[in-house]
Amino acid sequence: MSPVDDTGAPIRHRASRAPRIPMAERPAVERRVTFDEVGFGYTAEEAHGEAMRCLQCPNPTCIDGCPVHIDIKSFIAKMIEGDDRGAVEVLKSRNALPAVCGRVCPQEEQCEASCVLGRKNEPVAIGRLERFLGDLDLSCELDRRCRPELAPPSGKRVAIVGSGPSGLACAGQLAQLGHEVTIFESLHVPGGVLVYGIPEFRLPKDLVAAEIEMLVELGVKIVTDVVIGATYTIDELMAGEGFDAVFIGSGAGLPVFMGIPGENLNGVYSANEFLTRVNLMRAYEFPTSDTPVWRGRKVAVVGGGNVAMDSARTALRLGAEEVFLVYRRTEDEMPARKEEVHHAQQEGVEFKMLCSPLEIRGRDGFVTGLTATRMELGEPDASGRRAPVCVLDSDFEIECDTVIMAVGTRANPLLSKAAPGLELTRRGYIVADDECATSMPGVYAGGDIVTGAATVILAMGAGKTAARAIDSWVRRER
Amino acid sequence: MFEILATRQLSDSVFEMTVAAPAIARKAAAGQFFILRVDDRGERVPFTFSDWSADEGWIRFIFMRVGATTHKLTHLAAGDSLADVVGPLGVPSHTGGLGRVAVIGGGVGAAVAYPVARAMCAAGDEVTVILGARNADLLILEEEFRALPLKGLVVMTDDGTAGEKGLVTHPLKTMCAAGEVDHAMAIGPAIMMKFCAATTKEFGVPTVVSLNPIMVDGTGMCGACRVTVGGETKFGCIDGPDFDGHLVDFEELMSRQRIYVDDEREADTRYSKGCSCHL
Repeated sequence: MSPVDDTGAPIRHRASRAPRIPMAERPAVERRVTFDEVGFGYTAEEAHGEAMRCLQCPNPTCIDGCPVHIDIKSFIAKMIEGDDRGAVEVLKSRNALPAVCGRVCPQEEQCEASCVLGRKNEPVAIGRLERFLGDLDLSCELDRRCRPELAPPSGKRVAIVGSGPSGLACAGQLAQLGHEVTIFESLHVPGGVLVYGIPEFRLPKDLVAAEIEMLVELGVKIVTDVVIGATYTIDELMAGEGFDAVFIGSGAGLPVFMGIPGENLNGVYSANEFLTRVNLMRAYEFPTSDTPVWRGRKVAVVGGGNVAMDSARTALRLGAEEVFLVYRRTEDEMPARKEEVHHAQQEGVEFKMLCSPLEIRGRDGFVTGLTATRMELGEPDASGRRAPVCVLDSDFEIECDTVIMAVGTRANPLLSKAAPGLELTRRGYIVADDECATSMPGVYAGGDIVTGAATVILAMGAGKTAARAIDSWVRRER
Repeated sequence: MFEILATRQLSDSVFEMTVAAPAIARKAAAGQFFILRVDDRGERVPFTFSDWSADEGWIRFIFMRVGATTHKLTHLAAGDSLADVVGPLGVPSHTGGLGRVAVIGGGVGAAVAYPVARAMCAAGDEVTVILGARNADLLILEEEFRALPLKGLVVMTDDGTAGEKGLVTHPLKTMCAAGEVDHAMAIGPAIMMKFCAATTKEFGVPTVVSLNPIMVDGTGMCGACRVTVGGETKFGCIDGPDFDGHLVDFEELMSRQRIYVDDEREADTRYSKGCSCHL
């Protein structure tokens, strides 16, 4: 149905100078006690109002800002025409997980950063529109959801290692291209970081399951509880199990610790463990779920990325009285999305900037506090950000009973150890070219296991790039 | 789902379970472990293989009824299923070229010691097994050990209800003092492994211990299983579970094993009091 004005006449699109339409959110006080989602999403009216702001540029720059090149201009054009279903089709032809990406992509650095409106005004809320359309599609019965056309069966079989963003994107694309796809997941639920890492209040797990359900509907087979590198090796997949190609999207899941005294005290978690216990194992429902989690009263989270924000906000929801975010630079240098930083502050996370832990103190094996040093910013380092430098004799104490280390991840060696033919970087990441091809013929890799920790959408982009390369590899004359 | 093929009660609180898991059985090696989840609400718990058959496609493990998960397990029978079984995980135990080996299995640790001793025998090592338990009831797999081509088998119980009365460290010390041990491998409660390692250290006998820290994913992703070995943090799941017993910080290990004691008691009480709402 096309939008109409008060008289019932169709509204012709005229790019509006109206301000960006805000998205309703759960109030911060309410958020502190629930794992329910923070943002409510646009209503249809809000979504169409926001879509109307789009200038429909003759040469849209937003599309180049998207790692998977969603045809943003076209899907918004469909929305302006009132054809939401058509908009979903355009969106899903490029992105199999719009409801996920609409929530967790850093749009402010990607599509929205390139929106022309953003030069003088606020950019079109492309992410919120994507979320609206993704949710609209998921609200339909499975058989009524938008599904891409599938190419005729190729008779080729592709194995995918890991069901995180890169694996799911690769699988969706390969299924569309007519190949028989099997995803192997080491955990008991598919989704990778979307289920173990990103909390329910930012990305509801039912929604991840629904997006994955659609892939299964397209013919993708998902086998959980299989660890590639342990249950099967890459060679066995290619030779014994008869796969024509393999895509490795196993992620960079090996938590980094700081190497300071006291890190193995009870009450010190890697963000991975803390979030996995709560998100994947549902420790917040303990004891109706069997997995416990140490519920701290005073929690210090070390780090300044999205994972640190997720950990801090999760700790609040588990009932912590105080949550500190300990970061060695300032808020300006934080790698976390502005929105997440803002949400964390709203909910009451206390930011302790320009300080770095030196030691974790404990008694009887349990954490009692953190000794930290003040930092100041010096000359820019390799990352272009000003490097933090210790301020001499500035040590101070933070009283806490839980410390969560969210200071990054490294490459997990489990898979690569069992694949001696796979060329690795000095730091253990898989070496892959622009087409995601590795040193092993027929074996492709993408996402965090190639780039190191990055974003959901970059991993998805790599999965799609790999799918195209795998398509030509399995179809070539042999 | 993974079908349970057989269960066996070995003592009042010790049970054995055999589960169909062909892909895992094909790859399993002595000293390795797997992760299981009993049901949809279950936690992920590591268990070390006590046996397996690649041909018949099953794996076997032995557990003591101590918490919610093991309680749930005891209520399952052949024909029931486990929600998840993942593996094989961890680095297999080193066997072969070890010469004269003393393998110490304490409590349910004997279940892990059994395939390790068997693999060592097969690899040409000369194996003496010291089997220990609190009492005769908790002594397991004695017959299975006797069926192996061992150089010797010594049984020790704390109360003398089976074998000799005393701790496993007594015969271990005697053997080390007599110069009869080139390598030792201790598998059992952390405190036992700590004292075994302390015993052999005196004689400079290289000693491997198989650690059982708390885990979640079991694949290196979470770091729950951190142990300090020689001053360095290692992950039990991917660097272990076997480590140099002379370098392990056992105090830290034991402390870390106790982190959820209160929670576990709560979950177990809730469960054993007959709340079956989440079964």
